[in-house]
Amino acid sequence: MQPIIEMKEIVKVYDNGVVANNGVNFTVNKGEIHALVGENGAGKSTLMKILYGIEQPTEGEIIVDGKSVTFKSSLDAIDHKIGMVHQNFMLVPSFTVASNVVLGGEPLKKGLIDRERVLEVTKELSDQFGLFVQPDAIVDSINVGQRQRVEILKTLYRKAEILILDEPTAVLTPQETQDLFKAIRTLVQQGKTVIFITHKLREVKEISDRVTVMRHGKMIGTVDTKDVTREQMANMMVGREVFLNITKPEMHRAEKRMEIKDISFLSETGRPVLREVSFNLYAGEILGIAGVEGNGQTELVEVLTGLKKSAGGRVIVKDEDILDHSPRDIRLKGIAHIPEDRLTNGVAIRASIEENLIVDRYFRAPYKKGVMLDYKLVDTKSKELIKQFSILTPNGKLPVGSLSGGNMQKVIVAREFSSDPYVLIASQPTRGIDVGATEFIREELVRIRTKGCAILLVSADLGEVMSLSDRIVTLYEGKITGVFPKAAEVSEEELGLYMLGIKHQTPEEMEKFL
Amino acid sequence: MSLETVIRGIFSSLFIASVIRISTPIIFPAMGGLVAQVAGVPNMALEGIMNVGAFTGVMVSAFTGSIWLAILAGIIAGVLLALLLGVFHLHFKSDLFIAGLAANLMASGGTVFLLYIITGDKGNSSTVRSLSVPNVNIPLIKDIPFVGEILSGHPVFTYLAFFSVFLVYIFLYRTRFGTHLRAVGENPEAATTLGINVVRTRMIALAISGIFAALGGMNLSMAYLQLFQKEMAAGRGWIGIAAIHLGARKPVGVMLASILFGFADAISNQLGSLNIPSQLVQMIPYATTVVALAVYAIQQRQAALERMKKYQKEHIDSLAAEHQG
Repeated sequence: MQPIIEMKEIVKVYDNGVVANNGVNFTVNKGEIHALVGENGAGKSTLMKILYGIEQPTEGEIIVDGKSVTFKSSLDAIDHKIGMVHQNFMLVPSFTVASNVVLGGEPLKKGLIDRERVLEVTKELSDQFGLFVQPDAIVDSINVGQRQRVEILKTLYRKAEILILDEPTAVLTPQETQDLFKAIRTLVQQGKTVIFITHKLREVKEISDRVTVMRHGKMIGTVDTKDVTREQMANMMVGREVFLNITKPEMHRAEKRMEIKDISFLSETGRPVLREVSFNLYAGEILGIAGVEGNGQTELVEVLTGLKKSAGGRVIVKDEDILDHSPRDIRLKGIAHIPEDRLTNGVAIRASIEENLIVDRYFRAPYKKGVMLDYKLVDTKSKELIKQFSILTPNGKLPVGSLSGGNMQKVIVAREFSSDPYVLIASQPTRGIDVGATEFIREELVRIRTKGCAILLVSADLGEVMSLSDRIVTLYEGKITGVFPKAAEVSEEELGLYMLGIKHQTPEEMEKFL
Repeated sequence: MSLETVIRGIFSSLFIASVIRISTPIIFPAMGGLVAQVAGVPNMALEGIMNVGAFTGVMVSAFTGSIWLAILAGIIAGVLLALLLGVFHLHFKSDLFIAGLAANLMASGGTVFLLYIITGDKGNSSTVRSLSVPNVNIPLIKDIPFVGEILSGHPVFTYLAFFSVFLVYIFLYRTRFGTHLRAVGENPEAATTLGINVVRTRMIALAISGIFAALGGMNLSMAYLQLFQKEMAAGRGWIGIAAIHLGARKPVGVMLASILFGFADAISNQLGSLNIPSQLVQMIPYATTVVALAVYAIQQRQAALERMKKYQKEHIDSLAAEHQG
């Protein structure tokens, strides 16, 4: 087996200082199926974007077929017979399948597009590689599995020998996944090489010849798939987490504040994203959700806070079902929300800091006075909050967009915490912000939990979930796979097995702890 | 005049011919706007480009005495204004609507300003002698009763407008560049990954829309009338944009929508002879636009909802099938 791709000592530092790849060595042999695994943020997508010419490496060398290459854009990568199927499909919805396959390189006859030939070549490719599609169907009307096959055919039409598939199974049903695997095997039989990005270890075992594991921008190792167990891979992926230095007073769990019962959610395309999720939140306790991103955490928070409509279930707060109520209704019940995406749902970027601080309460007394706002009160209250939450700004009249990420997050935290919440739902509360602000926000979370707030914490940072939570629930493919009543007593290796769906607790085991 | 005469008028060959004539200066900007729209850069300056085209055509014809030079100059002026819009939007990233608004105001102010400098008149160009494009009498067809009166004897621009529908269709659906243009409009990211230059494609689309809108303008000043008037397009560029949406962004659909607006306009001309307040009658084409667009929007939403439901159902069915199997 000779290597067809060698990436040597790849370093990628983004303009904002984030080190996505740190000295990665990655080798792919001709004709193999090579799985690339790692948690979100491990750097695998960046590495593949570099290989496909979308991003340029800060340092390092890429060798394709024995020759050192520099890719300025993905066109250069295509010239070197590398094709990529992105996670979000790059198709033109109103075009036919065949038009999408040949787009950019249409066969011509007398200056016009040869429409018969377009259908023919698509049919030929489809037959040759066992990727069944209907060439004259409109892309808008076909399902996700078929769309993916169109994407693969597109790369094959451009003579790709090396195919990069970015989390191809994330959007597929189990049956579609099996079809895809069959197609991948056919491709390899005909001499193609496939790089398969995933974090589903079951699939790694099933389809790949070798597997490379990445973590925190580094390559942990490449091994023959048959030589490792899923448990060993999970340990390589999750590894040792840095424990945070947080002093947490003893927990005094009190009454039940929110009862979540059998919540389900369907994506726009009808894929089940949450499957009958149930748990309770108690006063004085932080419940952490551990899971690899994309397993339903985002949707869970959006459903609980009224941003998305569920497909069934109940959420009981103070004896009332608040599921699918409006966000304001839910907030008026005392549910505060630190949203995952600060810029979209957390702040109004061009509004002032003051306005952002009162946006959940301006319509109520004492801020509302007749039809006007009591600006004097707004001014004093926001000054208090700016001081109390040490938001670094000359004054509260500035647009919130002028603040750094950490200070912007503090504005959100100040607003949500000062409403004296009955339940707080915190999603990625410290993502992408500086160390000082991170520490401050974590301490505040612990403080209001000790004061008696019920908190649901969702974070992609496993270290954060483990050190802040009192109780942990693992979520995998929209289902709860395990519950750990004493967060301090569970190891990250153990959690990893549940987060990656290798181990499950039975409903009976979980019942009394949820 | 009685209602009866009006109704009889509507069913006359002259009336139908007038619908065709009135539709022409809507079809042109609508076809141009369509090309830009499907490329993802709605040309909001169609109205202004029509005014510029109308003005330039008249002036160049008056001073050179050449109808061909006049048409060429009108087209060039229209393309330049369209490209200016493109530079502001595509290179300087200004908002398309604001840039379009600026282009329209500039066109309406600029044409009047130049009109005054050249002719000393701020209202119209009647003091200079403008040429007009010839009318075409189609042999044989012109002698057929009724049909001949409808189809024959229109200015050459009218035939060109209807022929352009066919041209735009071939361009968008059968040529490589037209196909890329549609891809750029629908999914620029996908087009980019396939090596299609999005900015260049959109620039060219705007230039093409400039050609059509300028022809629409010249149809007013060199066929309809033989002079330029202040704000000559009188909203036809905007109605053209409405026609694009109502025609579901398909060449033939857009043509039919343009004819509908032409029909509404012709009706309002006919009713002008009745004892109804003229303001009310003149509202008809614009009211038609609003109603038609509302109906279309509702239909579209329904269709989108249906599609989503079908999608979810299919998926759930396939999951259920798996469950059983």
